[in-house]
Amino acid sequence: MDMIKIIKPGLLTTIQDNGRIGFQRYGIPVAGAMDDFAFRVANILVGNDEHEAVLEATFMGPIIEIGFDGFIAITGANMSPKLNEKNIHMWRSIEVHKGDQLSLSGAIEGLRTYIAFGGGIGVPEIMKSKSTYVRGSLGGYNGRKLMEGDEIPIDASKSKAKVGRYISPGYIPRYNNNNVVRVVLGPQDDHFSPEAIETFLNSEYKITAEADRMGYRLEGPKLTHVKGPDIISDGIVSGSVQVPGHGSPIVMMADRQTTGGYTKIATVISPDLPIMAQMGPGDTVRFKKVSVEESQNILFEYEEIISNIKYRVENSFIIQETDKLYNITIKKL
Amino acid sequence: MYEKARFLPAGDKSLIIEFGDSISPEINKKIRDMYLAIEKSGLDGIIEMVPTYRSILVSYNPLNIIYEDLCHKLRELEDNLNDSGSEPAKVVEIPTIYGGDYGPDIEFVAQHNDLSVNEVIEIHSSRDYLIYMLGFTPGFPYLGGMSEKIETPRLKTPRTKIPAGSVGIAGKQTGIYPIDSPGGWQLIGRTPVKLFDPFAEPPVLLNPGDYVRFVPIDEKEYKYILKQVEENKFTVNIALLDK
Repeated sequence: MDMIKIIKPGLLTTIQDNGRIGFQRYGIPVAGAMDDFAFRVANILVGNDEHEAVLEATFMGPIIEIGFDGFIAITGANMSPKLNEKNIHMWRSIEVHKGDQLSLSGAIEGLRTYIAFGGGIGVPEIMKSKSTYVRGSLGGYNGRKLMEGDEIPIDASKSKAKVGRYISPGYIPRYNNNNVVRVVLGPQDDHFSPEAIETFLNSEYKITAEADRMGYRLEGPKLTHVKGPDIISDGIVSGSVQVPGHGSPIVMMADRQTTGGYTKIATVISPDLPIMAQMGPGDTVRFKKVSVEESQNILFEYEEIISNIKYRVENSFIIQETDKLYNITIKKL
Repeated sequence: MYEKARFLPAGDKSLIIEFGDSISPEINKKIRDMYLAIEKSGLDGIIEMVPTYRSILVSYNPLNIIYEDLCHKLRELEDNLNDSGSEPAKVVEIPTIYGGDYGPDIEFVAQHNDLSVNEVIEIHSSRDYLIYMLGFTPGFPYLGGMSEKIETPRLKTPRTKIPAGSVGIAGKQTGIYPIDSPGGWQLIGRTPVKLFDPFAEPPVLLNPGDYVRFVPIDEKEYKYILKQVEENKFTVNIALLDK
C-alpha cells in the first residue's frame, strides 16, 4: 500500500480539504483548510483537484516517512522543509521515493503549512469531506490530529503530478505580523453606534492566545453596542466578526459553530482569510471597510490569480542542470 | 414578522434573509416556505442554506450570481410565496425514559415548580414541540413551545459530560443532546434513539419545521429499543400533526 508514516506529528497536523459543504443546516461545522490559497495551490502543483485533501501543519511541522514513489508540494508557512536532511523548495512539485524522510520544523514565517500528495490522501469521506473536525471527532484520520506511528494511505497510483512544476515568485505570499484585512460591514452593524464602527475600523487589534481553528479572540479598543450584544441566534460564516457583551471582537474561522447569538459587526472577506489564517497570537490586525460590490470584485481577481497559476503550472516547468535553472514553456503547435 | 424580509450582507459569499426579530411559529413557517421555494427555484450559484429562528443564511458563489442580482431574485421568490406549496409538518416520536439515572434532575425540576415527578412527565410529554433550527452541536434541535409550568433555570455549574440522548430543560427551552457533550441543562430523561449518525444519509434524524413528541417508556422498553438502535433495526414513528 502507498502511504506515509508519521514519525513525529508536530503540534497540530490534520487532514483537511475544502470542508463539509451542505451540512451546516444540520449543525455540522464546515472545517476545511484555514488558508484557501496555499491549500489550493499545493494541490495544483501536484496535478490534483484543487480541493483534494492535504496535510495542514500548525506552528511546528511533522516528520514523515514517505512510503510511495511520486510527488509532493509544500506551501504556506515556511517550516524549513527538508528531504533526507537536504533543504527543498516550497511552492514547487518535489519528487519523492519510498524510504525518503520529509522533515519540517518550526514556522519562521506564517503559521500553517500545507503538504499535498500527488493523487491525494486515501482516507474515507464522511459527509462528503475528508476534513478533520477535531472538536466533534469527525473525519480525517479517526477524527483526530495525527500522532506518532499513524500510517496514512496515499492514492499515488492516481497521481497526475509532473516534475518541476512551480509558481512565479510574484505569486508567493509574504506573511507579516501586522496586516490589514478587508471587511464588509454587517450583518448586525446596526447594533453598534457610529463611534463604535469608527473605532473598529481605525484601531489595531492584537490576536490573543485564544486563537485556534475555531476562531481568533482579539484584544484592543472595546466596542459598545447600542441595541445590546445578544441577538436571536442566526448563521455564522467564515470571517464573521462577533462582538459579545465584553466588547472585544472574535473572528470566526474554519471550525466555527454553525449558529450563534452574538452580534456580528462585520465579515472578513474570503480572499483575505488566508492572511488571518497565517497570523497567530501576538500578531496585529487592522480592518478596512469595502462594499459588497468591491468585495466581490476582489474575489474575482483572487480567483483569476488561481486560474493563472493553474494555467502556468500545467504549461511550463523548470529543470535544473548543475547550478543553472531553465524554464520550459509548453506551447501547442 | 417584518412586512418584507431584510437582506443583510455577510461578506462576499453569503447573505442573511431576516424575516423578523422574534421567535414565533409564523416566522418559522415563512422560513420553511422560503427555504423550499429557493430550493425548488434551482437558482444558479446557491451553495447551501442555514435556516435559523428568524433568518436563512444563504451561501452563494458570486462567480455565478452577484449580490445585487441575488437579492432581486430572492425578493421575487418572497413576493410569490404561497401556502399551497409547503408539505404538512411531521411529528417525530421520541421514546424517552424519564427520571432515575437517566434524568437525575427531574426531582429538582418538580420541586422547583411545586409539582410531582409524574406531573412533570405528564406535562413534558403531552405537547408537540416545533423544531425551530439545528445548531450548537451536530443535530441539536432548538425546540419551542414548552409549558411554563416546568420552566427551570440552568445548572449553576455545567456538567462536563452529558451522555448522548439526554433530554433536558434550560429556562423556557427543552432539548435533546445528540452527542456526548458538556452542558448546563437540567436532565429529566434520555432517549435510546440516535439523533446524529455521521454515516447515515441524512446524518440527522430531525429537521427544522417538523415537530418532536416525547413518548414515555420504561427501562425494559429503553433497553429493547437501544439494542434495536445498535443493530440498526429501529425506525422512529412519524405521525402527522393534528391541528
